[in-house]
Parts: sequence; C-alpha cells; structure tokens
Amino acid sequence: MILTNEKKKYLAATASKIRRSVIEMLVEAGSGHTAGPLGMADIFTALYFGLLKHDPKRFDWPESDRLVLSNGHICPVLYATLAEAGHFEKKELSTLRRYGSRLQGHPHREFLPFLETSSGPLGEGLSQAVGMALADRMDRGRVSGRFFYCLMSDGELQEGQTWEAVMLAGKERPHNLIAILDRNNIQIDGHTEEVMPVEPVRAKWEAFGWHVLEIDGHNFEEIFAAVGQAKSVFNRPTMIIAHTTPGKGVVEFEGRYEWHGKPPSKKEGEQALKELRTLSGRLKHED
Amino acid sequence: MKIDPKLNPRLYELRVEQEALRDGFGRGLVQAAEKNDQVVALCADLSESTKVIDFAKKFPERFIELGVAEQNMASVAAGMAVMGKIPFITSYAIFSPGRNWEQIRTNICYNNVPVKIVGSHAGLNVGPDGGSHQMLEDLALTRVLPRLTVVAPADALEAERATLAAAKWDGPVYLRLAREKSPVLTTEDSPFKIGEAKVLLRPAKPDMAIIACGLMVYRSLLAARKLEREGIAATVINNHTIKPLDEETLMDEAVAAGAVVTAEEHQQIGGLGSAVAEMLARRRPLPQEFVAVADRFGQSGTPAELMEHYGLGVDDIVEAVKRVIGRKRN
Repeated sequence: MILTNEKKKYLAATASKIRRSVIEMLVEAGSGHTAGPLGMADIFTALYFGLLKHDPKRFDWPESDRLVLSNGHICPVLYATLAEAGHFEKKELSTLRRYGSRLQGHPHREFLPFLETSSGPLGEGLSQAVGMALADRMDRGRVSGRFFYCLMSDGELQEGQTWEAVMLAGKERPHNLIAILDRNNIQIDGHTEEVMPVEPVRAKWEAFGWHVLEIDGHNFEEIFAAVGQAKSVFNRPTMIIAHTTPGKGVVEFEGRYEWHGKPPSKKEGEQALKELRTLSGRLKHED
Repeated sequence: MKIDPKLNPRLYELRVEQEALRDGFGRGLVQAAEKNDQVVALCADLSESTKVIDFAKKFPERFIELGVAEQNMASVAAGMAVMGKIPFITSYAIFSPGRNWEQIRTNICYNNVPVKIVGSHAGLNVGPDGGSHQMLEDLALTRVLPRLTVVAPADALEAERATLAAAKWDGPVYLRLAREKSPVLTTEDSPFKIGEAKVLLRPAKPDMAIIACGLMVYRSLLAARKLEREGIAATVINNHTIKPLDEETLMDEAVAAGAVVTAEEHQQIGGLGSAVAEMLARRRPLPQEFVAVADRFGQSGTPAELMEHYGLGVDDIVEAVKRVIGRKRN
C-alpha cells in the first residue's frame, strides 16, 4: 500500500487523538501504564486504520484478521484505538480499571467479547497466536487470507515460554503469523540490557527460522511496508522488530523507564495533553 | 449387601481384566475425533506414554507435536480453541497441570475456552520413576480453578467414556489418568456422566460410606468386602468427578451412613477428601477419615510397595472405616 501524504497526516492526527485518550484514561483511572501505550500508538493506528481486516460493526465477522496483545498492560492504547475505530463509544474510556467496567486493568475477553484473548501475564500471547494460526491452517490450508498478529514487548523476551513459541512457529512455519515487537528498551526495573539483556534480538529470531524485519515504529511508511512484506512471505512467520520510544509524544515521558508502570498525575496529564494538542495543531496547520 | 449389577461380574476374581486408564483414553480420543472433526490433540514428546499416539496416526493433520514444552502447549491449545477447535493437551500430570498451571489458569480458564487437559501418570503408581514424577497435587491444583471441571476415572473403560464426555463438555476439563494397569470394574452398561457420582455398593443399613476416586475405587470395593465379613456395612461411591461435586448424591449417602471415609491417590490436602470435607462442613458436619498421602513426597518402588508404604492399601481403608465408626459412636 502506498501512503499518500494525506493518509500519513490522517494517521498522525489519529495517533495523536489516541495518545490524548490514553493520557485522559490514565489520569482518570489513577493507575496503569504510560510509556508503552504512548510508544505503541502509531503501530496501533496503522493497524486499525489501514492494515487490519476488521469491521467495527461486526466484531464476529469470520474473515477478520486477529490481533493478540501479549503484553496486556499496554491495553489503554488498545482500548483507545478500538474506541477511535468505532468498536465502542469513546466516553466508555473513562471507566478504565473501574469496578464494573468492561475495560479491565488487563484485557479480559469475557468482558469485551471482541478481544481474541485475555492477557496480562507475560510470555503467553505468542503461543496463543501460533495456536490460532495453526488452527486456521488446519481449516483453510496454506492459502488462508486471514492474518494473525501478535503484539509483544521486549521485556517478555525474558520469559522462557516466548522461546517455546518461537521454536514451534519455526518448526510449523505458519505463513499467516505476524509478530510485532515493541523494542522500546525499557521494563519496570530499568533498561532491558541492564535488567536482563535480550540482544541480539534479530539474530535470535532468524536462528529459529523466522523472517525478520526491523523498522522505526513511529514511521508509518515503514510500518505499512513491513506488514505488506510480511504478508507476502508465504513459507514462514514474520517478526517485525519495531524500534519505538517509550512515552512517545510527550517529551517529559520519552525514553524514561520510570514511566513504564505509573500514570500521570492530574497536573502532568494536563501538561501532556497540552503538548499533544500543540502537535495536533501543527499537523492541522500543515494542511 | 448389593453391588451395582452393571459392574464387571468378575470384579472380585483374580482373572479380572486389567487395563491402564491411559489406554482407555487413547481409544476414547480416537472415537471423539471420529465424531467431531474439531477435536485436535497436542503432545509434548510423550505420544506413546500418554497413548495419544493412536490419534496421531489416524489424524496426523489434526495432531501437533510441540516437543518438551508444556507451557507452550497449554497456551497454543487456548489459541486453537478460540478458533473453534476442541484441543486435548496430553502429558504427564506432573508437567500438565504441574508445570503449566498459570497458563491453564489464565489462557484456558480465565479465557473460558474448552481445552481438555489430560494428565497421565498421576499418583504413586508411576512407581520406579520416583517421587519427582509422582503427581500427588494435581487435584488440588485443578480443583481450585474457576470453570475447570475435574474428572478422575476409576478404570480404563471409564477413562474412555470420560474422554468422550469431555469432548462434548462445554468448557475446560482436567482428566486424571494413571500409568499402571488396573482392574476394569465397570462395563459397557455402567452409566457414566460427568458430575454424577456412582453408588457402587449400598447396604440396607450402612454403617458408613466410602467416597473414592481413581484407582482407590477398586481398593474401596475390596475393603468393603473384607468389612462385610466382620459385620460392618459400607456404602461405596465412585466419585469420578471431583468438580463439580455431586453434592446431592454424596449428601444423601453420607447422611444415611452417618460417617465418611474418603480415599484418593493424592495428598490429603486439597484433593477429593478436602472437597468432601468442605461440603460436609457447609451442609452437615459428619465424622470423616482420610485415606490419602499425608503431606509427603513419593519415592521409587513398585506400585504395590508404595501404596502400602504411604497408607493407601486395602487394609488402610479398613482401618480408616473402623476409626470413623468409632468416632460416630462417641
């Protein structure tokens, strides 16, 4: 897919709206994760506003692509994107993490039926996505046009189970599996390479037989090109290593692991919203 | 004393048929797969031991070998179930649900998908492999999980039917199997339904009731026969479904008998005995004795040696019955 300037601007403006929703939700909830959701806003935007085959009016449409969010803790960006895409009303976003809310602290399929899976405990999403892709292959063969996306974090590369799933996918070679790694270099206790080095990420995945691509996770052209290429690789799964900036869009949050697991205060939130609105204004101004 | 007429007529004979529960499972899975093409099976390098191999040969396109990776197996199965499959995941009980408990909890039970967890080689009867492989905690681990149905069949035939029933059951199921050959006490005519306890023996005036599961059901029948010779009348119940517990049947029999012995090849903490004790405490406290492993690990030995050493023999049941009747009279 070729991205026109117009489409790129639309995506950037949408991502900015999603980031604002994320900040508002977190301030309102008073707990939750900030850095990851902001860092992945561009990829979520690209997926739900261009790449994914989905229908907000028909979440049980059998032809839908499926998306597994393995690192469930970044769900504010999932919820904000789903609302922005029309899966539910945006006003529901303010119920995040509240008693009785469909928007659980970590995604729960029982409450929000259009999620593929409940998640939270790390290292389990890729296994489930592999299972879905293999089930699809059993039913539709190697030519199935449904794609199975797994969004995962770099911290969960430290989970042993991740590598069990990588190994199985390397053996079974489902063509319809696309993993996207949020390589933002941070986790709760610090920088990944200090807490427990995960590098060399690319070489590790290649060693297991995956097709591996590396992109700037904030560049829409690169995101679209990588997913396009992943879909055309017919004999093995693809890993897209997306280099992202945690906290992207709010200078005070960017690149700081301290923002992994806490929400902005009301004041910090106001400042962040101001910054994001300014960015949005700039985008509009360029029109 | 009247025994259920649908039981094996050669039950008490030396030449009673012997078959391992896992063999019954292997047959049941093939039948379930013939009936429903959504049934798939996953294996973690134990296809021969768990008897999933017959399915693998017959339905290679519906079989996935994942290598020694039980955590992955549980989560992959959860993903397949989301897509409409009915996956059976097969391994030794010590690894599944032992190793992969949290994957079973979050990906299967919390997600509410109909994965069937088949834990073979449960209990002391694994014998020479030793304590590391003798799973004595699985009923506790699985019983505590919301939505999970827990079934421990008493013989190979019941394991076969439990497998067929599990495939049809709307929700996740844990099926507990054993390695060793054991007497076949049921017949094709014996009814089996998940969640329905079976009263195998009901004297006109019972002195107490034995509630057992798995290989302890046969031992309980032998114990009841011994007790009968001493003038003690025991009801014997095959409680193959540990969860949901058939409280109506169990309460009726327990109240009529006035005292209970539970018998299981499992830790005393958290298994069938605990489930029965919780029920009695809630509904009507009665004296209860536990025939189970007393908070210890197993070791190498023949199954017979181990069952005796850990207090799971026929005489141990007999003693427990006498103790509980003593408490009843006090």
